[in-house]
Amino acid sequence: MFLKNVFKQTLLVMSMAAALGTSSLAMAADDTIKVGVLHSLSGTMAISETTLKDTMLMLIDEQNKKGGVLGKQLEAVVVDPASNWPLFAEKARDLIEKDKVAATFGCWTSVSRKSVLPVFEEKNSLLFYPVQYEGEESSKNVFYTGAAPNQQAIPAVDYLMKEGEVKRWVLAGTDYVYPRTTNKILEAYLKSKGVDEKDIMINYTPFGHSDWQSIVADIKKFGGEGKKTAVVSTINGDANVPFYKELGNQGISAEDIPVVAFSVGEEELSGIDTKPLVGHLAAWNYFMSVENDGNKEFIKKWKEYTKNDKRVTNDPMEAHVIGFNMWVKAVEQAKTTDTDKVAEAMIGQEVPNLTGGTAKMLPNHHLTKPVLIGEIQENGQFEVVSKTPEVPGDAWSDFLPDSKNIVADWTGKETDGKPCGNFNTETKKCSGQKYE
Amino acid sequence: MLKTTDFTRLLLLSVLLWLCPPLQAEQQSATLTQAAPLFQEASFDKTREAVDLLAASGDPEVVPYLQALLDGKLYQDKAQGTLVIAKDGNTGDELRKIPTNNSLRKYLRGAVGQLSLSHPDAAVRLKSANGLLETVTPEMATQLRGLLEKETDSAVKEALSLGLAMADLNAADKAVRLTAIESLAGNLHPGVRNRLTTMTTDSDAEVAKAAQEALRSIEDTAALYGHVETLFFGLSLGSVLVLAAIGLAITFGVMGVINMAHGELIMLGAYTTYIVQQLMPNFIDYSLFVAVPAAFIVSGAMGILIERTVIRHLYGRPLETLLATFGISLILQQLVRTVISPQNVPVSNPSWMSGSLEINSVLSLTYNRLYIVLFCLMVFALLYFVLRKTNLGLQVRAVSQNRAMARAMGVRSARVDALTFGLGSGIAGVAGVALSQLTNVGPNLGQAYIIDSFMVVVFGGVGNLWGTLVAGLSLGVVNKVLEPWAGAVLAKILVLVFIILFIQKRPRGLFPQKGRAAGD
Repeated sequence: MFLKNVFKQTLLVMSMAAALGTSSLAMAADDTIKVGVLHSLSGTMAISETTLKDTMLMLIDEQNKKGGVLGKQLEAVVVDPASNWPLFAEKARDLIEKDKVAATFGCWTSVSRKSVLPVFEEKNSLLFYPVQYEGEESSKNVFYTGAAPNQQAIPAVDYLMKEGEVKRWVLAGTDYVYPRTTNKILEAYLKSKGVDEKDIMINYTPFGHSDWQSIVADIKKFGGEGKKTAVVSTINGDANVPFYKELGNQGISAEDIPVVAFSVGEEELSGIDTKPLVGHLAAWNYFMSVENDGNKEFIKKWKEYTKNDKRVTNDPMEAHVIGFNMWVKAVEQAKTTDTDKVAEAMIGQEVPNLTGGTAKMLPNHHLTKPVLIGEIQENGQFEVVSKTPEVPGDAWSDFLPDSKNIVADWTGKETDGKPCGNFNTETKKCSGQKYE
Repeated sequence: MLKTTDFTRLLLLSVLLWLCPPLQAEQQSATLTQAAPLFQEASFDKTREAVDLLAASGDPEVVPYLQALLDGKLYQDKAQGTLVIAKDGNTGDELRKIPTNNSLRKYLRGAVGQLSLSHPDAAVRLKSANGLLETVTPEMATQLRGLLEKETDSAVKEALSLGLAMADLNAADKAVRLTAIESLAGNLHPGVRNRLTTMTTDSDAEVAKAAQEALRSIEDTAALYGHVETLFFGLSLGSVLVLAAIGLAITFGVMGVINMAHGELIMLGAYTTYIVQQLMPNFIDYSLFVAVPAAFIVSGAMGILIERTVIRHLYGRPLETLLATFGISLILQQLVRTVISPQNVPVSNPSWMSGSLEINSVLSLTYNRLYIVLFCLMVFALLYFVLRKTNLGLQVRAVSQNRAMARAMGVRSARVDALTFGLGSGIAGVAGVALSQLTNVGPNLGQAYIIDSFMVVVFGGVGNLWGTLVAGLSLGVVNKVLEPWAGAVLAKILVLVFIILFIQKRPRGLFPQKGRAAGD
């Protein structure tokens, strides 16, 4: 036990020292508010999640310079769940029980979120989850600051239908819960728009797939049958690089068969040769290239903080910025860090987002977000080709038969007065939080 | 399908365009001045209108502007609205880039194509003609016929006649339609197939029948080429498997060492490619020729180091060897994470490995895969030569068959062990160079291939190089034949199940070693 504590302390001191320099370490522990940061710093997800840890440390540092929250300084408690899903739950329990954090910012993959969910519910603590996800969930203890499917996938398909006059669809994804659920929703949506079954091709590949030749050849054949075709890609992680390379090698350009991706952002593009990707699309709620004063300032701060002029910003970072600012406002308003009071104060909070609009926390614990479609440029940035006004996030998709009658409302207004995350409007029953 | 030559020419053209100085307002023609306000609206619809306006003028002066818009190099002065072609990305604050999107660019390509049909360069003409194929209108057809008569280049001629034939399919006259169908029979262009498919429901029975027949012959040919394509995909996947496994065929097959760090030796080879490219950023096209020997030396030296420090003490104890080499694999991974980066590193493809060799409209072989198949065969031949025809090879075989006897004959078995392990590791490094061209280079690269490598060696028969080659290639082909039918995930599972069953029946693989040496 002693050793474990020492280890954790060292880890904390090290990460703080690395992040903050030597400035604000001399703070006594009891007059601080602790904030948990639960992102993988090693393993496969480290590539994406380390950036979010740095973002949180920057935001906390900045808030402390402004005088902290409720007159107290904030203290980041950084733990490393190492891309190991059960370890996420263990680390979350440590953060809540031992470190007594007021709130936790963390997780990336859906499976890690599902792993920590019971812990946050049992211990009644708050989690801010910053990544676009498949929806079909609303927990009292989680605030979803990333996009729900109706804030990313569906508007992207709408754009291609309208602007690209696309008639045939390839839904390609990595084989796990997020792509499978998203594609289920998209398939139902496309059919509701009159797309024929034989004009939809669905394909799943394992994590880290690298031999794309036959799949790309199939896509080429499927797209060569006279109708304009597009690929909706939920391919995750580094499998994207050989996929786009193969597209380029087989001579499929974005003008022939555009690929719209939901998991490819500035961070993912920063390490690769983007020439073969130019013109392919991505749908997010934020792009680094958006011209806006708030965004410009954020990028400047981020580059100064990381002391690296080449660092890029991305969508989940913006989600953390919004989530953190909302949490600060909610705590100030509730005048306490008590979970229930803060959760109540969170709903209806409004903070400016980085693209010039306003993010509002809805009663279903999702945000209002604008949907941006961007085309990949040669410099690894996106050029925005379409932007919608703010869309309210929908926790339960209207296009799946199982969830179309389900609503979430933690104020209880739409759920017969009793706050509920999955209320069936037909049977008038709340099915409890264990609904999967 | 963009051929490399087309691409270089296009590049040359755009370079020429950048060299032209930005034109001043007073020099811009009336059409440009007229279109400028439309560009200013910053909506794709208005930009399209502006493009129409420019294209309709037929003025050759507008072509560079349309081309610049297509290349994302057209800017507009915010205050005066004049259009400027930028030489590079560094423009001042007073200029605004005119945005385009995919559908607009496609449209632009058509417009530019139409305007450059009489370009002096045959390659440019061919490109424009190919861009027009499916959109030939009756008005354009007259123009095209005129151009066809004057055309001297055979490829351009062919493209123009194809476009005209496709336009004739819409003709009101039945005889014209029938001739068009006849001339299109056997043509594999995907546009032809789509048009003929719609023709099969033609109001005239005779035309519909002709279209059906033409379509059937096209589809038969296409199906044949489809099989050729699957075979090529299978061989290319197979040669990746062979490359990854062939080093292991020596260390595990010949020496009997269960080397779990084999994947990491491949990874070291891939990282060597990365470092070589970092050292010679201006000569990426030649980097692989340096990387192959460099990777052989790096991985080979690492292999000898591992053999001398660890494996040497563990001969005859397979379980300990397995654990120790697994430990080494983790150490090597962490080493790369610490020294280079935990993230994937970008390895560029030389230009001669990008793009594809177009055999016809339905069959094109990507260069990177093609070269890797050839490279695999070369490595195999070289290794076979070393083991069969050189002194070292003789000693390696002698030691692996009967160590005591070889020693009695004066072979320094310890030295041979080290060199054999070094050779196997070096080949793994060379495989890493090839893999760096196909997949992501990161600390986990090796893990993805270690299972496959063992699978191929065991399936082929331990200790047999030919077995490794046949096993790798056939597993690749089987995988690719199954893939369209079962999906990537299931295909792989089916292959594994097949191998498990096969090993149950024939534990010694496809080509078991015979004779006394096989006994131990």
